Amino acid sequence: MASFLIHPWVLRLISVVIAFSFWEYLGRIPISPAFPTFLQTMSALWGMIADGSMAAVYPATFQPLLIGLVISSVLGIACGVFMGLNAKAEWFGAPVFIVLQSAPLAALIPLLTFAYGIGLTSKILTVSIMAMPVIVLNAYTAVRHTPTSMLEMGRSYLGSQRQVILKIIIPAASPVIYAGLRLGAAMGFIGAILAELLITPTGIGDLITYNQSIAEYDKMYAAIFSIMVFAVIFIEILERTEYMFFRPDKRVTQ
Amino acid sequence: MSAAAESISKDAPPIAVSVNNVTKIYPGGVEALNDMTIQFPKGELTSLLGPSGCGKTTLLKIIAGLLEPTSGHVTVNGIPVTGPGKERAFVFQDFALMPWASVMRNAAFGLELQGVAKSERHAIAEKYIKAVGLDGCEKLYPHELSGGMRQRVGLARALAVNAEVLLMDEPFSAVDEQTRRKFQEDLLGVVADEGKTFIFVTHSIEEAVYVSQSIALLLPRPSRVSEIIKPDIRRDITPDAIRRDPVYLDIVERIWQGLRVYVE
Repeated sequence: MASFLIHPWVLRLISVVIAFSFWEYLGRIPISPAFPTFLQTMSALWGMIADGSMAAVYPATFQPLLIGLVISSVLGIACGVFMGLNAKAEWFGAPVFIVLQSAPLAALIPLLTFAYGIGLTSKILTVSIMAMPVIVLNAYTAVRHTPTSMLEMGRSYLGSQRQVILKIIIPAASPVIYAGLRLGAAMGFIGAILAELLITPTGIGDLITYNQSIAEYDKMYAAIFSIMVFAVIFIEILERTEYMFFRPDKRVTQ
Repeated sequence: MSAAAESISKDAPPIAVSVNNVTKIYPGGVEALNDMTIQFPKGELTSLLGPSGCGKTTLLKIIAGLLEPTSGHVTVNGIPVTGPGKERAFVFQDFALMPWASVMRNAAFGLELQGVAKSERHAIAEKYIKAVGLDGCEKLYPHELSGGMRQRVGLARALAVNAEVLLMDEPFSAVDEQTRRKFQEDLLGVVADEGKTFIFVTHSIEEAVYVSQSIALLLPRPSRVSEIIKPDIRRDITPDAIRRDPVYLDIVERIWQGLRVYVE
Protein backbone atom coordinates (compact mmCIF):
# COMPACT_ATOMS: atom_id res chain seq x y z
CA MET A 1 0.00 0.00 0.00
CA ALA A 2 2.71 2.42 1.05
CA SER A 3 4.76 1.62 -2.03
CA PHE A 4 1.66 2.17 -4.16
CA LEU A 5 1.20 5.63 -2.65
CA ILE A 6 4.71 6.78 -3.50
CA HIS A 7 4.61 5.46 -7.04
CA PRO A 8 5.46 8.42 -9.34
CA TRP A 9 2.21 8.20 -11.28
CA VAL A 10 0.10 8.12 -8.12
CA LEU A 11 1.98 11.12 -6.75
CA ARG A 12 1.47 13.01 -10.01
CA LEU A 13 -2.24 12.21 -9.96
CA ILE A 14 -2.54 13.34 -6.35
CA SER A 15 -0.83 16.65 -7.05
CA VAL A 16 -3.08 17.26 -10.07
CA VAL A 17 -6.21 16.45 -8.05
CA ILE A 18 -5.12 18.83 -5.27
CA ALA A 19 -4.42 21.66 -7.71
CA PHE A 20 -7.73 21.24 -9.54
CA SER A 21 -9.71 20.96 -6.29
CA PHE A 22 -8.15 24.19 -5.12
CA TRP A 23 -9.07 25.80 -8.43
CA GLU A 24 -12.66 24.55 -8.05
CA TYR A 25 -12.79 25.93 -4.49
CA LEU A 26 -11.45 29.37 -5.51
CA GLY A 27 -13.94 29.49 -8.39
CA ARG A 28 -16.83 28.71 -6.04
CA ILE A 29 -16.02 31.42 -3.44
CA PRO A 30 -15.87 33.16 -6.01
CA ILE A 31 -12.67 35.22 -5.90
CA SER A 32 -13.74 37.12 -9.02
CA PRO A 33 -16.66 36.98 -11.42
CA ALA A 34 -14.01 36.62 -14.12
CA PHE A 35 -12.68 33.41 -12.57
CA PRO A 36 -14.68 30.31 -13.54
CA THR A 37 -14.55 27.06 -11.56
CA PHE A 38 -12.59 24.09 -12.76
CA LEU A 39 -15.72 22.17 -13.73
CA GLN A 40 -17.18 25.11 -15.68
CA THR A 41 -13.90 25.43 -17.52
CA MET A 42 -13.83 21.73 -18.33
CA SER A 43 -17.37 21.74 -19.65
CA ALA A 44 -16.53 24.81 -21.77
CA LEU A 45 -13.46 22.97 -23.02
CA TRP A 46 -15.53 19.93 -23.90
CA GLY A 47 -18.04 22.13 -25.69
CA MET A 48 -15.32 23.80 -27.74
CA ILE A 49 -13.77 20.46 -28.66
CA ALA A 50 -17.19 19.05 -29.58
CA ASP A 51 -18.26 21.96 -31.80
CA GLY A 52 -14.90 22.02 -33.57
CA SER A 53 -13.97 25.58 -32.63
CA MET A 54 -10.84 24.33 -30.85
CA ALA A 55 -9.65 22.22 -33.76
CA ALA A 56 -10.28 25.12 -36.12
CA VAL A 57 -7.91 27.53 -34.38
CA TYR A 58 -4.97 25.29 -33.47
CA PRO A 59 -3.32 25.03 -36.89
CA ALA A 60 -2.87 28.82 -36.89
CA THR A 61 -1.09 28.66 -33.51
CA PHE A 62 0.97 25.58 -34.21
CA GLN A 63 2.39 26.82 -37.48
CA PRO A 64 4.58 29.64 -36.08
CA LEU A 65 5.15 27.66 -32.88
CA LEU A 66 6.55 24.55 -34.55
CA ILE A 67 8.54 26.42 -37.19
CA GLY A 68 9.96 28.69 -34.47
CA LEU A 69 10.83 25.78 -32.20
CA VAL A 70 12.53 23.81 -34.97
CA ILE A 71 14.57 26.86 -35.99
CA SER A 72 15.57 27.73 -32.44
CA SER A 73 16.39 24.11 -31.53
CA VAL A 74 18.59 23.45 -34.55
CA LEU A 75 20.23 26.86 -34.58
CA GLY A 76 20.37 27.06 -30.79
CA ILE A 77 22.04 23.69 -30.27
CA ALA A 78 24.47 24.39 -33.12
CA CYS A 79 25.40 27.80 -31.67
CA GLY A 80 25.65 26.44 -28.14
CA VAL A 81 27.81 23.46 -29.07
CA PHE A 82 30.05 25.67 -31.19
CA MET A 83 30.41 28.17 -28.35
CA GLY A 84 31.24 25.34 -25.97
CA LEU A 85 33.97 24.04 -28.28
CA ASN A 86 35.44 27.31 -29.40
CA ALA A 87 36.61 29.99 -26.99
CA LYS A 88 36.37 32.76 -29.61
CA ALA A 89 32.78 31.89 -30.43
CA GLU A 90 32.07 31.89 -26.70
CA TRP A 91 33.46 35.41 -26.31
CA PHE A 92 31.38 36.57 -29.22
CA GLY A 93 28.14 34.71 -28.53
CA ALA A 94 27.72 34.27 -24.79
CA PRO A 95 27.06 37.95 -23.92
CA VAL A 96 24.44 38.26 -26.68
CA PHE A 97 22.43 35.31 -25.41
CA ILE A 98 22.83 36.19 -21.74
CA VAL A 99 21.43 39.67 -22.49
CA LEU A 100 18.65 38.20 -24.62
CA GLN A 101 17.71 35.78 -21.89
CA SER A 102 17.19 38.53 -19.34
CA ALA A 103 15.71 41.09 -21.74
CA PRO A 104 11.98 41.87 -21.51
CA LEU A 105 11.17 40.24 -24.82
CA ALA A 106 7.53 41.28 -24.84
CA ALA A 107 8.82 44.83 -25.19
CA LEU A 108 10.70 43.86 -28.35
CA ILE A 109 7.61 42.55 -30.11
CA PRO A 110 6.44 45.96 -31.39
CA LEU A 111 9.92 46.36 -32.86
CA LEU A 112 9.62 43.00 -34.65
CA THR A 113 6.19 43.97 -35.96
CA PHE A 114 7.62 47.25 -37.19
CA ALA A 115 10.40 45.46 -39.04
CA TYR A 116 8.64 42.32 -40.32
CA GLY A 117 4.96 43.24 -40.43
CA ILE A 118 2.08 41.40 -38.84
CA GLY A 119 2.49 38.12 -40.70
CA LEU A 120 3.95 34.73 -39.94
CA THR A 121 7.57 35.96 -39.91
CA SER A 122 7.08 38.16 -36.85
CA LYS A 123 5.36 35.35 -34.97
CA ILE A 124 8.07 32.83 -35.83
CA LEU A 125 10.68 35.35 -34.69
CA THR A 126 8.83 35.93 -31.43
CA VAL A 127 8.82 32.20 -30.71
CA SER A 128 12.50 31.96 -31.64
CA ILE A 129 13.80 34.84 -29.55
CA MET A 130 11.89 33.50 -26.57
CA ALA A 131 13.07 29.92 -26.97
CA MET A 132 16.60 30.28 -28.28
CA PRO A 133 18.62 31.90 -25.46
CA VAL A 134 17.97 29.16 -22.93
CA ILE A 135 18.63 26.45 -25.54
CA VAL A 136 21.93 28.05 -26.55
CA LEU A 137 23.11 28.69 -23.01
CA ASN A 138 22.28 25.17 -21.85
CA ALA A 139 23.99 23.55 -24.83
CA TYR A 140 27.04 25.73 -24.28
CA THR A 141 27.27 24.99 -20.55
CA ALA A 142 26.74 21.27 -21.16
CA VAL A 143 29.54 21.05 -23.72
CA ARG A 144 31.83 23.05 -21.44
CA HIS A 145 31.28 20.60 -18.61
CA THR A 146 32.18 17.39 -20.42
CA PRO A 147 34.19 15.43 -17.83
CA THR A 148 37.93 15.89 -18.45
CA SER A 149 38.68 12.19 -18.08
CA MET A 150 36.11 11.40 -20.77
CA LEU A 151 37.88 13.78 -23.16
CA GLU A 152 41.26 12.31 -22.24
CA MET A 153 39.80 8.86 -22.84
CA GLY A 154 38.71 9.90 -26.34
CA ARG A 155 42.14 11.33 -27.09
CA SER A 156 44.15 8.46 -25.66
CA TYR A 157 42.13 5.92 -27.66
CA LEU A 158 42.94 7.98 -30.77
CA GLY A 159 39.52 9.44 -31.48
CA SER A 160 39.52 12.10 -34.18
CA GLN A 161 38.11 15.49 -33.21
CA ARG A 162 34.91 14.64 -35.08
CA GLN A 163 34.57 11.31 -33.26
CA VAL A 164 35.20 12.92 -29.88
CA ILE A 165 32.50 15.54 -30.56
CA LEU A 166 29.90 13.13 -31.94
CA LYS A 167 30.54 10.08 -29.77
CA ILE A 168 31.57 11.66 -26.47
CA ILE A 169 30.85 15.37 -26.09
CA ILE A 170 27.32 15.47 -27.52
CA PRO A 171 25.99 12.36 -25.74
CA ALA A 172 27.62 13.54 -22.50
CA ALA A 173 25.98 16.94 -22.95
CA SER A 174 22.60 15.60 -24.03
CA PRO A 175 20.85 15.66 -20.62
CA VAL A 176 21.59 19.36 -20.15
CA ILE A 177 20.92 20.15 -23.82
CA TYR A 178 17.53 18.46 -23.42
CA ALA A 179 16.83 20.36 -20.23
CA GLY A 180 17.44 23.50 -22.31
CA LEU A 181 15.16 22.22 -25.06
CA ARG A 182 12.35 21.59 -22.58
CA LEU A 183 12.72 25.07 -21.07
CA GLY A 184 13.01 26.51 -24.58
CA ALA A 185 9.85 24.70 -25.69
CA ALA A 186 7.97 26.11 -22.70
CA MET A 187 9.24 29.59 -23.57
CA GLY A 188 8.27 28.98 -27.19
CA PHE A 189 4.67 28.23 -26.20
CA ILE A 190 4.61 31.46 -24.22
CA GLY A 191 6.10 33.26 -27.23
CA ALA A 192 3.46 31.87 -29.59
CA ILE A 193 0.60 33.04 -27.37
CA LEU A 194 2.29 36.39 -26.73
CA ALA A 195 2.61 36.90 -30.49
CA GLU A 196 -1.07 36.17 -30.97
CA LEU A 197 -2.05 38.52 -28.19
CA LEU A 198 0.27 41.35 -29.18
CA ILE A 199 0.70 41.15 -32.97
CA THR A 200 -2.52 39.89 -34.55
CA PRO A 201 -5.22 37.83 -32.88
CA THR A 202 -5.13 34.45 -34.61
CA GLY A 203 -5.36 30.88 -33.40
CA ILE A 204 -5.67 30.18 -29.72
CA GLY A 205 -4.70 33.75 -28.90
CA ASP A 206 -7.76 34.91 -30.82
CA LEU A 207 -9.93 32.49 -28.86
CA ILE A 208 -8.55 33.89 -25.61
CA THR A 209 -8.96 37.55 -26.60
CA TYR A 210 -12.39 37.10 -28.15
CA ASN A 211 -13.86 35.19 -25.21
CA GLN A 212 -12.38 37.70 -22.81
CA SER A 213 -13.98 40.59 -24.72
CA ILE A 214 -17.43 38.98 -24.61
CA ALA A 215 -16.96 37.92 -20.97
CA GLU A 216 -17.15 34.18 -21.68
CA TYR A 217 -14.55 33.53 -19.04
CA ASP A 218 -15.04 29.78 -18.88
CA LYS A 219 -14.21 29.51 -22.60
CA MET A 220 -11.26 31.85 -22.19
CA TYR A 221 -9.82 29.70 -19.41
CA ALA A 222 -10.56 26.57 -21.40
CA ALA A 223 -8.46 27.96 -24.25
CA ILE A 224 -5.59 28.76 -21.86
CA PHE A 225 -5.94 25.35 -20.27
CA SER A 226 -5.77 23.60 -23.63
CA ILE A 227 -2.51 25.28 -24.63
CA MET A 228 -1.00 24.34 -21.27
CA VAL A 229 -1.98 20.72 -21.82
CA PHE A 230 -0.33 20.79 -25.23
CA ALA A 231 2.82 22.31 -23.74
CA VAL A 232 3.04 19.59 -21.09
CA ILE A 233 2.47 16.80 -23.63
CA PHE A 234 5.02 18.30 -25.99
CA ILE A 235 7.66 18.57 -23.28
CA GLU A 236 6.97 15.00 -22.13
CA ILE A 237 7.44 13.71 -25.69
CA LEU A 238 10.70 15.62 -25.91
CA GLU A 239 11.94 13.89 -22.79
CA ARG A 240 11.05 10.48 -24.21
CA THR A 241 13.02 11.18 -27.39
CA GLU A 242 16.08 11.90 -25.30
CA TYR A 243 15.90 8.50 -23.62
CA MET A 244 15.29 6.89 -26.97
CA PHE A 245 18.13 8.43 -28.96
CA PHE A 246 20.83 9.47 -26.53
CA ARG A 247 20.48 7.88 -23.16
CA PRO A 248 19.43 4.22 -23.39
CA ASP A 249 20.90 3.84 -19.90
CA LYS A 250 18.16 6.00 -18.40
CA ARG A 251 15.45 3.80 -19.87
CA VAL A 252 16.80 0.98 -17.74
CA THR A 253 16.01 2.80 -14.51
CA GLN A 254 12.63 4.10 -15.64
CA MET B 1 69.41 7.46 -9.17
CA SER B 2 71.60 6.86 -12.20
CA ALA B 3 72.94 3.79 -10.43
CA ALA B 4 69.41 2.48 -10.13
CA ALA B 5 68.74 3.11 -13.80
CA GLU B 6 71.91 1.30 -14.78
CA SER B 7 71.12 -1.72 -12.68
CA ILE B 8 67.91 -2.07 -14.68
CA SER B 9 69.60 -1.80 -18.04
CA LYS B 10 72.02 -4.55 -17.09
CA ASP B 11 69.09 -6.85 -16.41
CA ALA B 12 67.90 -8.97 -19.29
CA PRO B 13 64.47 -7.53 -20.34
CA PRO B 14 64.64 -4.87 -23.05
CA ILE B 15 63.25 -1.43 -22.38
CA ALA B 16 59.68 -0.69 -23.47
CA VAL B 17 59.32 2.88 -22.28
CA SER B 18 62.14 5.29 -21.65
CA VAL B 19 61.68 8.66 -19.99
CA ASN B 20 64.63 10.96 -20.60
CA ASN B 21 65.25 14.16 -18.62
CA VAL B 22 61.58 15.07 -18.58
CA THR B 23 60.63 18.34 -16.91
CA LYS B 24 57.06 19.50 -16.65
CA ILE B 25 56.14 22.98 -15.50
CA TYR B 26 52.41 23.68 -15.51
CA PRO B 27 51.13 27.05 -16.68
CA GLY B 28 51.31 29.17 -13.56
CA GLY B 29 54.76 27.91 -12.65
CA VAL B 30 54.05 24.73 -10.67
CA GLU B 31 56.90 22.32 -11.29
CA ALA B 32 55.44 18.82 -11.39
CA LEU B 33 58.51 16.99 -12.72
CA ASN B 34 62.14 18.03 -12.66
CA ASP B 35 64.62 16.34 -15.00
CA MET B 36 63.11 12.89 -14.54
CA THR B 37 64.81 9.90 -16.12
CA ILE B 38 63.43 6.40 -15.74
CA GLN B 39 63.11 3.24 -17.80
CA PHE B 40 60.38 0.63 -17.87
CA PRO B 41 61.34 -2.95 -18.85
CA LYS B 42 59.21 -4.83 -21.35
CA GLY B 43 56.66 -7.36 -20.15
CA GLU B 44 56.80 -6.27 -16.52
CA LEU B 45 54.57 -4.36 -14.20
CA THR B 46 56.34 -1.32 -12.84
CA SER B 47 54.67 0.78 -10.16
CA LEU B 48 55.15 4.48 -9.73
CA LEU B 49 54.78 4.89 -6.01
CA GLY B 50 55.03 8.05 -4.02
CA PRO B 51 53.25 10.56 -1.84
CA SER B 52 50.81 12.96 -3.43
CA GLY B 53 52.49 15.81 -5.25
CA CYS B 54 55.42 13.77 -6.52
CA GLY B 55 54.19 14.00 -10.11
CA LYS B 56 53.39 10.35 -10.72
CA THR B 57 50.12 10.99 -12.56
CA THR B 58 51.78 13.80 -14.53
CA LEU B 59 54.53 11.40 -15.58
CA LEU B 60 51.95 8.79 -16.64
CA LYS B 61 50.01 11.33 -18.70
CA ILE B 62 53.21 12.48 -20.40
CA ILE B 63 53.98 8.85 -21.30
CA ALA B 64 50.41 8.54 -22.57
CA GLY B 65 50.91 11.61 -24.76
CA LEU B 66 48.04 13.43 -23.05
CA LEU B 67 50.40 16.06 -21.65
CA GLU B 68 53.44 17.59 -23.31
CA PRO B 69 56.65 17.74 -21.33
CA THR B 70 58.17 21.20 -20.96
CA SER B 71 61.53 19.66 -21.86
CA GLY B 72 62.98 16.18 -22.31
CA HIS B 73 61.35 13.34 -24.20
CA VAL B 74 59.75 9.94 -23.86
CA THR B 75 60.32 7.02 -26.22
CA VAL B 76 58.21 3.89 -26.55
CA ASN B 77 60.11 1.04 -28.23
CA GLY B 78 62.65 3.65 -29.28
CA ILE B 79 60.12 5.89 -31.03
CA PRO B 80 59.62 9.36 -29.53
CA VAL B 81 56.15 10.10 -28.14
CA THR B 82 54.40 13.04 -29.79
CA GLY B 83 50.85 12.25 -28.70
CA PRO B 84 48.62 9.33 -27.84
CA GLY B 85 49.49 6.20 -29.80
CA LYS B 86 48.16 2.81 -30.75
CA GLU B 87 50.82 1.01 -28.74
CA ARG B 88 49.65 2.59 -25.46
CA ALA B 89 46.31 2.23 -23.67
CA PHE B 90 45.15 4.13 -20.61
CA VAL B 91 43.14 2.97 -17.61
CA PHE B 92 41.58 5.91 -15.78
CA GLN B 93 41.30 6.54 -12.07
CA ASP B 94 37.60 7.47 -12.40
CA PHE B 95 37.04 4.71 -15.01
CA ALA B 96 36.02 7.23 -17.75
CA LEU B 97 33.23 4.96 -18.93
CA MET B 98 30.44 6.39 -21.02
CA PRO B 99 27.29 6.13 -18.91
CA TRP B 100 25.07 5.97 -22.00
CA ALA B 101 26.89 2.99 -23.47
CA SER B 102 26.59 -0.68 -22.49
CA VAL B 103 29.51 -2.64 -21.08
CA MET B 104 29.99 -4.11 -24.55
CA ARG B 105 30.16 -0.74 -26.29
CA ASN B 106 32.42 0.71 -23.61
CA ALA B 107 34.83 -2.22 -23.79
CA ALA B 108 34.86 -2.04 -27.59
CA PHE B 109 35.09 1.76 -27.72
CA GLY B 110 38.83 1.93 -28.43
CA LEU B 111 38.27 -0.36 -31.41
CA GLU B 112 35.18 1.63 -32.45
CA LEU B 113 37.31 4.79 -32.60
CA GLN B 114 39.84 2.91 -34.73
CA GLY B 115 37.08 2.05 -37.18
CA VAL B 116 37.01 -1.71 -36.55
CA ALA B 117 33.78 -3.27 -37.88
CA LYS B 118 31.07 -3.89 -35.34
CA SER B 119 30.98 -7.70 -35.38
CA GLU B 120 34.75 -7.91 -35.21
CA ARG B 121 35.16 -5.44 -32.37
CA HIS B 122 32.36 -7.08 -30.40
CA ALA B 123 34.03 -10.45 -30.75
CA ILE B 124 37.31 -9.03 -29.45
CA ALA B 125 35.63 -7.09 -26.63
CA GLU B 126 33.66 -10.15 -25.60
CA LYS B 127 36.87 -12.09 -25.16
CA TYR B 128 38.32 -9.43 -22.85
CA ILE B 129 35.08 -8.89 -20.96
CA LYS B 130 35.32 -12.58 -20.18
CA ALA B 131 39.03 -12.27 -19.33
CA VAL B 132 38.36 -9.59 -16.70
CA GLY B 133 35.54 -11.67 -15.21
CA LEU B 134 32.48 -9.78 -16.43
CA ASP B 135 30.98 -12.65 -18.35
CA GLY B 136 27.26 -12.05 -18.92
CA CYS B 137 27.37 -8.32 -18.11
CA GLU B 138 27.73 -7.20 -21.74
CA LYS B 139 24.31 -5.59 -21.95
CA LEU B 140 24.43 -3.78 -18.60
CA TYR B 141 25.11 -0.07 -18.23
CA PRO B 142 27.87 1.34 -16.01
CA HIS B 143 25.43 2.62 -13.37
CA GLU B 144 24.28 -0.96 -12.84
CA LEU B 145 27.82 -2.07 -11.96
CA SER B 146 29.82 -1.72 -8.76
CA GLY B 147 33.00 0.40 -8.76
CA GLY B 148 35.19 -2.66 -9.06
CA MET B 149 33.20 -4.00 -12.00
CA ARG B 150 33.34 -0.61 -13.73
CA GLN B 151 37.11 -0.59 -13.53
CA ARG B 152 37.15 -4.10 -14.97
CA VAL B 153 35.34 -2.64 -17.99
CA GLY B 154 38.03 0.06 -18.15
CA LEU B 155 40.68 -2.67 -18.11
CA ALA B 156 38.85 -4.69 -20.79
CA ARG B 157 38.73 -1.58 -22.99
CA ALA B 158 42.49 -1.09 -22.58
CA LEU B 159 43.24 -4.76 -23.28
CA ALA B 160 40.91 -4.89 -26.30
CA VAL B 161 42.98 -2.41 -28.34
CA ASN B 162 45.92 -4.79 -27.91
CA ALA B 163 48.41 -2.10 -26.94
CA GLU B 164 51.84 -3.20 -25.79
CA VAL B 165 51.95 -0.76 -22.91
CA LEU B 166 49.13 -0.34 -20.41
CA LEU B 167 49.14 2.84 -18.39
CA MET B 168 47.09 2.59 -15.22
CA ASP B 169 46.40 5.73 -13.20
CA GLU B 170 45.51 4.69 -9.65
CA PRO B 171 43.02 2.24 -11.11
CA PHE B 172 41.86 0.86 -7.76
CA SER B 173 41.72 4.03 -5.72
CA ALA B 174 37.98 4.46 -6.30
CA VAL B 175 37.28 0.81 -5.49
CA ASP B 176 36.49 -0.52 -2.04
CA GLU B 177 39.15 -2.48 -0.15
CA GLN B 178 37.73 -6.02 -0.50
CA THR B 179 37.11 -5.59 -4.22
CA ARG B 180 40.53 -4.09 -4.60
CA ARG B 181 42.29 -7.16 -3.16
CA LYS B 182 40.44 -9.46 -5.53
CA PHE B 183 41.19 -7.13 -8.40
CA GLN B 184 44.91 -7.06 -7.54
CA GLU B 185 45.03 -10.84 -7.61
CA ASP B 186 43.27 -10.89 -10.98
CA LEU B 187 45.62 -8.23 -12.31
CA LEU B 188 48.60 -10.50 -11.57
CA GLY B 189 46.92 -13.12 -13.74
CA VAL B 190 46.36 -10.62 -16.56
CA VAL B 191 50.00 -9.45 -16.39
CA ALA B 192 51.21 -13.05 -16.62
CA ASP B 193 48.80 -13.97 -19.45
CA GLU B 194 49.10 -10.94 -21.68
CA GLY B 195 52.85 -10.38 -21.56
CA LYS B 196 52.34 -6.65 -21.83
CA THR B 197 54.20 -3.82 -20.16
CA PHE B 198 52.22 -2.25 -17.34
CA ILE B 199 52.96 1.11 -15.76
CA PHE B 200 50.92 1.39 -12.64
CA VAL B 201 50.49 4.54 -10.58
CA THR B 202 49.51 4.03 -6.97
CA HIS B 203 49.84 5.63 -3.58
CA SER B 204 49.33 2.35 -1.74
CA ILE B 205 52.57 0.74 -0.63
CA GLU B 206 50.97 -2.67 -0.06
CA GLU B 207 49.40 -2.59 -3.50
CA ALA B 208 52.68 -1.67 -5.19
CA VAL B 209 54.63 -4.40 -3.41
CA TYR B 210 51.93 -6.97 -4.10
CA VAL B 211 51.45 -6.41 -7.84
CA SER B 212 54.80 -5.12 -9.13
CA GLN B 213 57.93 -6.63 -10.57
CA SER B 214 59.62 -3.35 -9.82
CA ILE B 215 58.65 -0.22 -7.93
CA ALA B 216 59.93 3.22 -8.81
CA LEU B 217 59.82 5.23 -5.63
CA LEU B 218 59.16 8.87 -6.48
CA LEU B 219 59.76 11.65 -4.03
CA PRO B 220 58.52 15.23 -4.19
CA ARG B 221 60.18 18.63 -3.87
CA PRO B 222 62.04 18.33 -6.19
CA SER B 223 60.34 15.37 -7.82
CA ARG B 224 62.77 12.57 -8.54
CA VAL B 225 63.15 8.80 -8.71
CA SER B 226 64.71 8.07 -5.35
CA GLU B 227 65.02 4.32 -5.73
CA ILE B 228 64.01 1.34 -7.85
CA ILE B 229 62.91 -1.56 -5.69
CA LYS B 230 62.43 -5.08 -6.99
CA PRO B 231 60.18 -6.80 -4.49
CA ASP B 232 61.49 -10.34 -4.70
CA ILE B 233 58.47 -11.96 -3.14
CA ARG B 234 57.42 -15.55 -3.75
CA ARG B 235 54.67 -15.88 -6.31
CA ASP B 236 54.12 -19.61 -5.90
CA ILE B 237 52.17 -19.27 -2.65
CA THR B 238 48.54 -18.17 -2.13
CA PRO B 239 47.71 -14.47 -2.12
CA ASP B 240 46.94 -14.60 1.59
CA ALA B 241 50.25 -16.27 2.32
CA ILE B 242 52.03 -13.56 0.33
CA ARG B 243 50.41 -10.88 2.46
CA ARG B 244 51.81 -12.61 5.57
CA ASP B 245 55.19 -13.38 3.99
CA PRO B 246 58.02 -11.74 6.00
CA VAL B 247 59.79 -10.67 2.78
CA TYR B 248 56.62 -8.87 1.64
CA LEU B 249 56.15 -7.21 5.02
CA ASP B 250 59.80 -6.16 5.20
CA ILE B 251 59.63 -4.43 1.83
CA VAL B 252 56.42 -2.64 2.79
CA GLU B 253 58.06 -1.49 6.00
CA ARG B 254 61.24 -0.36 4.23
CA ILE B 255 59.30 1.73 1.74
CA TRP B 256 57.18 3.23 4.49
CA GLN B 257 60.31 4.25 6.40
CA GLY B 258 61.58 5.99 3.29
CA LEU B 259 58.31 7.81 2.67
CA ARG B 260 57.20 8.77 6.15
CA VAL B 261 59.36 11.90 6.32
CA TYR B 262 57.29 13.29 3.43
CA VAL B 263 54.03 12.58 5.15
CA GLU B 264 54.89 13.96 8.56
